[in-house]
Amino acid sequence: MKRELTCVACPLGCSITVEYEGTEVFSVTGNTCKRGDAYARTEVVNPTRSLTSSVKVNGGVHPVVPVKSSCAVPKTMLFDCMKEINSVSVDAPVKLGQVIIKNILGTGADIVATNND
Amino acid sequence: MLNYDLVVVGGGPAGMAAALKAKECGVEKIIILERAETLGGILEQCIHTGFGLHYFGEELSGPEYAAKFIAQVAETDIDVKTDTMVLDISDENLVTAVNKADGLLKIQAKAIVLAMGCRERPRGALEIAGTRASGIMTAGTAQKYVNIDGYMPGKKVVILGSGDIGLIMARRMTLEGAEVKVVCELMPYSGGLTRNIVQCLNDFNIPLRLSTTVVETHGKDRLEGVTIAQVDEHLRPIESTKEYIECDTLMLSVGLIPENELTKNVGIGIDRITNGAVVDEMRMTDHPGVFACGNVLHVHDLVDYVTLESQIAGEGAAEYILGKGSSEKVYVNTTTGNGVRYLVPQRVNIKNENDVKLYFRVGRIFKNAKVVLECDGEIISSKKKVKLAPGEMENVVIPAATLAKMTKDSTIVVRVEE
Repeated sequence: MKRELTCVACPLGCSITVEYEGTEVFSVTGNTCKRGDAYARTEVVNPTRSLTSSVKVNGGVHPVVPVKSSCAVPKTMLFDCMKEINSVSVDAPVKLGQVIIKNILGTGADIVATNND
Repeated sequence: MLNYDLVVVGGGPAGMAAALKAKECGVEKIIILERAETLGGILEQCIHTGFGLHYFGEELSGPEYAAKFIAQVAETDIDVKTDTMVLDISDENLVTAVNKADGLLKIQAKAIVLAMGCRERPRGALEIAGTRASGIMTAGTAQKYVNIDGYMPGKKVVILGSGDIGLIMARRMTLEGAEVKVVCELMPYSGGLTRNIVQCLNDFNIPLRLSTTVVETHGKDRLEGVTIAQVDEHLRPIESTKEYIECDTLMLSVGLIPENELTKNVGIGIDRITNGAVVDEMRMTDHPGVFACGNVLHVHDLVDYVTLESQIAGEGAAEYILGKGSSEKVYVNTTTGNGVRYLVPQRVNIKNENDVKLYFRVGRIFKNAKVVLECDGEIISSKKKVKLAPGEMENVVIPAATLAKMTKDSTIVVRVEE
């Protein structure tokens, strides 16, 4: 099978062509970096996305602190991860890089704060 | 009255990068004046990732990108005044500002960097019929509500305009449980990055309707729905295509306007296409000692480019203050050729001894085209591009060797060849 993708690894948005069958990838062309190659290979087999959101802060400067997943999580689990993120809160002070949820839903990704509060 | 070598107006990514670069180049007394309560600018509410890939080689969220510069500023002796609004800049580079702690401030500067950023085009700039029901806001305002203030501005959303902020908010609202019904775009192409169409709309099956606009809003106290319609080639709504869509929120992502009130007050020349100052290759305006960089100069799609541009302005300001750089200035204007909407810088000092990078945007989508740089009728470079889109800023470099051969009557043209 042949699939045309727009790479989302960086804002360049390269047009990539992937040839594959089932979970076996034969060729990746059109990418301009290694990240693009990796993106294309995962995208046709098990698409993943990095997730950003915010978490409620108790007693902070702002009501919420921004967070991100430390690595990409399966696309199909984005909404489940959101439920998990929205069910927790954290006490101030929060430090940038602080782990809020460890290994969210067994994906291997931590949810970490991306700002201080 | 206070005296500073350099006053930087605005503490977002542009202002911080310019101040840090000027410091690195040996400028002693620098102050950053910031209107908000913290440094960081709009990055603070851009919690999605995608920042820093070019500049830091890693993917950061907006607050993380800003935090790196905020930490660097804190390590220097650069003064920072937040909650401070600059009211005026005089002909003699006297800056008037105001804040709660100091009252009215007068600061005499040797040089000034304008880094005020931009703001969103509001509803009033569009001609949409309807009442003033609540629930109609710019995408950036909605972004602040969700990401900083922590509350959802609505449940059923229509987005007008496919600029990046609109696309990012379509995903954000969807992830938080809202239903984004449609993104309408007046033009036949999106104004946002392709990757954002893919990961913000396609991922969540949110329809993008091109050549479509909102013609009317409905509802008295709260928005109850909007009427959308396709537009013809003159961008006029087609009556027979009108369609009612129920929603409680309308987000506008219909363009950004550089915030140049201060710039205009000084009498600095403004480019009618970028809505930013006319600058030379060091980003100096036509007012000696006043520089401009970042989104106040022209709207960027990547903060990485804002940082790079602002470092040039910081270096330019340092050269000006310290009396370095080429003392002789011979300016040649840059000219937009076929397909090119604008060029920054608008003029180049040919006595400058370095390569000069020209940034530009195209006026429409081109496929398999060439970007051609022509100086004095000679083709200096011709670069193949699979795709050129108005939403993605491009650049081309004038080599120093080419500049060295130029005279005041030389020409610099950038054009697209199909």
